[in-house]
Parts: sequence; structure tokens; C-alpha cells
Amino acid sequence: MTDLTELYQQVILDHNRHPRNFGMLEDANRRAEGNNPLCGDHLTVHVRMDGDCLADLRFEGSGCAISRASASLMTAAVKGKRPAEVEDLRRRFQAMVMADPALPVDASGLGKLGALAGVRAFPARVKCATLPWHTLRAALDDTPAPVSTE
Amino acid sequence: MTPAAVASTTVAVGHDVARIRRDFPLLQTRVRGRPLVYLDNAATSQKPQSVIDTLTRYYRAENANIHRGVYDLSERATDAYEAVRVRAQRFLRAREAREIIFVRGTTEAINLVAGTFGRVAVGRGDEVVVSALEHHSNIVPWQLLCESRSATLRVIPMTDAGELELDQLETLLGPRTRLLAVTHVSNALGTINPVKEIIARAHARNVPVLVDGAQAAPHGPVDVTDLDCDFYAVSGHKMFGPTGIGLLYGKAARLEAMPPYQGGGDMIRSVSFERTEYALIPAKFEAGTPHIAGVIGLGAAIDYLQGLDWTAAQAHEADLLQYATASLTAVPGLRIIGTARHKAAVVSFVMDGIHAHDIGTVADQLGIAIRAGHHCAQPIMTRLGVPATARASFAFYNTREEIDVLGGALRQAQKIFGT
Repeated sequence: MTDLTELYQQVILDHNRHPRNFGMLEDANRRAEGNNPLCGDHLTVHVRMDGDCLADLRFEGSGCAISRASASLMTAAVKGKRPAEVEDLRRRFQAMVMADPALPVDASGLGKLGALAGVRAFPARVKCATLPWHTLRAALDDTPAPVSTE
Repeated sequence: MTPAAVASTTVAVGHDVARIRRDFPLLQTRVRGRPLVYLDNAATSQKPQSVIDTLTRYYRAENANIHRGVYDLSERATDAYEAVRVRAQRFLRAREAREIIFVRGTTEAINLVAGTFGRVAVGRGDEVVVSALEHHSNIVPWQLLCESRSATLRVIPMTDAGELELDQLETLLGPRTRLLAVTHVSNALGTINPVKEIIARAHARNVPVLVDGAQAAPHGPVDVTDLDCDFYAVSGHKMFGPTGIGLLYGKAARLEAMPPYQGGGDMIRSVSFERTEYALIPAKFEAGTPHIAGVIGLGAAIDYLQGLDWTAAQAHEADLLQYATASLTAVPGLRIIGTARHKAAVVSFVMDGIHAHDIGTVADQLGIAIRAGHHCAQPIMTRLGVPATARASFAFYNTREEIDVLGGALRQAQKIFGT
């Protein structure tokens, strides 16, 4: 059960139950949709860019605890950042959740996002954690087609 | 003895689950240090040792191409292959062996009918009718066909319980309806459709019927002659046989009138650059070297199924369904999705505050294999307003004890999620 406790940490359960930045963003100027066709998760990320600054963002949709918590933690982590910084965070995050579970966790520079490190022991769930990040990237790139994990 | 133990002893009469489980080596394995609890039979079933041995023996001692060699090994492979056709005919209670076509699975069987029968029968302005309970494999081939023919796909609606609204049938089956394609048993909800009645009503309007039998064949005898369906499709791997092999039953007159499916060797009588004459059925629909090992393995699965006491096996499955329904209903915040009066042993459910995917992960930690998602039936999920469900689907080798393990996992999930 230790893996489960590590996966479903209090931070994750809290963000699942009370997601931050959840809902529609009326004055968004970028948005993208993400889907996981295997489990039916889907989310929309709304972004308001102010020059080169990610001034505000919100997400909505339905998904499992991992994808909701990941989206919620992501929105909190990237607000106010520039796209290049967001991309750096995304890369670090992806490396953390795809790392070999036998190695020590490297959550450097990830702050609260480190709570999702437990995902690396659950290969089937990695896509749940990374879907919000891929969707955010699509929004920042202004990609018109929905993002899919498959 | 607890009341549950008494009841399960009663059920075991005529259906010795412990003995049957020993026939399935994979059921003896452990997952994450715990005995495997395999409750994903609607996705694929486990294989008895006899099927595994038959496949091994074929490759070790009998492998040769069929229908063409003059040598002993090829003749034996041909005989073994064609003998399975006869066993499949008896298994589905078809009138003739030539009404059985070997295909990759239910999906290919449906695509075969859409691409041959459909191509001829469905034209501009015509209609194909499916039901709200279909798996994507009995929707998309008809959508593709309708798109290419400028035809219309119509859908028999269903109730909140997951039963088809058959009073709609009279309006849906019109003068332009060229085919009705309907599932025998729903993979997502377990609903058993009254296909015999549906077929009779469609035939009264001269509409031929294809039945998707993928989820019916693993749960008991099928009689295509009694059903009077025009086509019936099954997958080997869902009925304890190998993957990559399945059966399409078609009435001989229908199959004879249809154009070929794929072109190639074995499906011809003579070929010249000017003109090719096609072989008679069933060869007309089996171009190229088929999945010989798969067919022979499927034969072993059919033998295994025919060796079971189905009255007892079905009573056992009915008991599992009733026990699972009662156990899961007792879990607070759990809602069963699909409450049809006639159901196969499939229980789809959702839980307050816990997504199906998370239920699946917690169950997996306890060695339980269940399915989480839309079960390749997104229109059902949309109709019932749920993004995904968790699904436990049973076979004759499952036990009440395994349902208890699942119940424990659901309580564990509620503890983790604080619901």
C-alpha cells in the first residue's frame, strides 16, 4: 500500500476535491482541449496572455484525481510565468513522472508539483498527470486541434 | 459457517469452480504479491490449458499451410482446420458448416458484412439501424458505410436502465432500412437484448439482422438457427480461445449473394487477367493464408465450452451477478450503471468523489483486474451522463470470494479518498 499512499498524497487529494483555478476564464485569449481517449478524461485550459506573461489561466473538464490534481497544481505553478519558464517546468515535471521508480525523486525547481512524483510507480497513470501540461503547451502554441494522449 | 459460505456451497453443486479454475493456469498467478482476481472477462477471457496445449502442439508437430499441399502434414493441417468449422457450426447451431467464415474477430466480421453485403444492399438515401447499446465496432463500420453511400444511420434509443426502447422499432424500421445491427449482450452494461424478438420484428419488415455476439458466446449456448439472424459475429479470445480469431455466421443464401471481401489466394476458382471466378462459400471470404493456429486453438476452446454443464455454469454466473449487485449496492455512494432486468454477469458502476480510473488503480494494488473507462461505448456513457465507469465482468470461473476482495478494494478507495 506504500505506493498508493505515495500516489494519493494529501496534496493531491486536496487539489482533486478542491481544484484551484477551476472553471471558465471569460477574457481568455488562448485555449486548448486535451483528451485521453482511453479513460475518457478531457479538459480545457483557458489562458490569458498579457504580452509575454501568462497573466491568468483556468481549467475545466472531468477526469481522475491524478489529472485534476495535476491540472490544479499546474495552474497554480505557472501563473505569472513566461512561456519559456513554463516549458522548462513542463520538461522537469515530465522527467519526474517518467523517472525510474528505483531512483531517488528529483523534484528540483518543481515546488508543490513534486507531490505528483508517486505517479512514476504507475506507468498507466503517467498520461493522466501529463495531459494538462500538453494541453497548456497547445494553448500557448495556439494549436487548433485538440491534444490527445494517444 | 457464514451465510455466504453456505450459499456458495449450494451453488457449487454441478459447477465445481475450484476444479474449473485449475484448468486456467493464469488464474493461479499472483499480482503484486496477491492472488490475481481477474474481473475483466468482457475485455478478454483467460485460456484453459487445453487451448494453450493445442496451440503449442500445432506449432511443434502439425504446422503446414492448408488447402494446397499434397503432402501428409498439409493434409492433416487442412483436416484439423476444416474440422473446427464443423465444430463451430455445431457450437452456433448453424445449419451448414459453409455458413461459418473464419475472421480475426467480431470487429472484422462486422466490417466484412459492411464491406460486402452493405456495399451492395445500401445505396443513396437508404438507412441502417443500430442500437444505443452498441460497442464502437458495431457503430463505426456502419457509419463509414453510410458516409460512403450517402445513407443514414438510425439508432434505437435506450432507457436510463440500459434497456432498448423497442416500441421505437416500428418507426425506425422503414421502407429504406437495409439492415439492423444489434448487440446480443452489451459489453458496457451487461444488458441482454431480446434479439429473437427484435429479429422477428425486423424480418416482418424484410430487414435482415446482424447480431454482435461477442459478449453472448462466453456466457452460454447460442442457436443462430433458432434466432433466425442473418449474421452472427463472435470473437475467439472472449470465449476462452486465442486472440486474432473469430467467427462470422451468415445464412448461406446471404453469403452466396455477397461479393468477396478481400482478394487473394484461396478465394478464387480460376484467375486470368481478363476474368476471375470466385470460390464458393466459405472460401470466397477467406483470402490468403488464414490464422490456422488460431482456428485450431479456437476449436479447443469450443470443445472446452461444450464440455461444461451450462445449466450449472449459468446458475453460477447468475449467482455471481446477484451477489456482486448486492455487495456493490451496499457500498455507500456507489451507483450501478445499467440495471436492465435481463443482464449477463457484468457490473458497471461509479462512486461519489472517486473517478473510475482511480478505482481501477486502487483495485490493481490488491491484485484485482477491472476495467475503467468508456468501454469502447462512448455513446452509452454520453446517454447516461457519466464520463467513465468501473466495470467488473465475470466468467464461470469467478467466485464470490473474489467479489469480496473487490468490495474490500472499494472500501480501501473510500478510505484513501475520504469519501
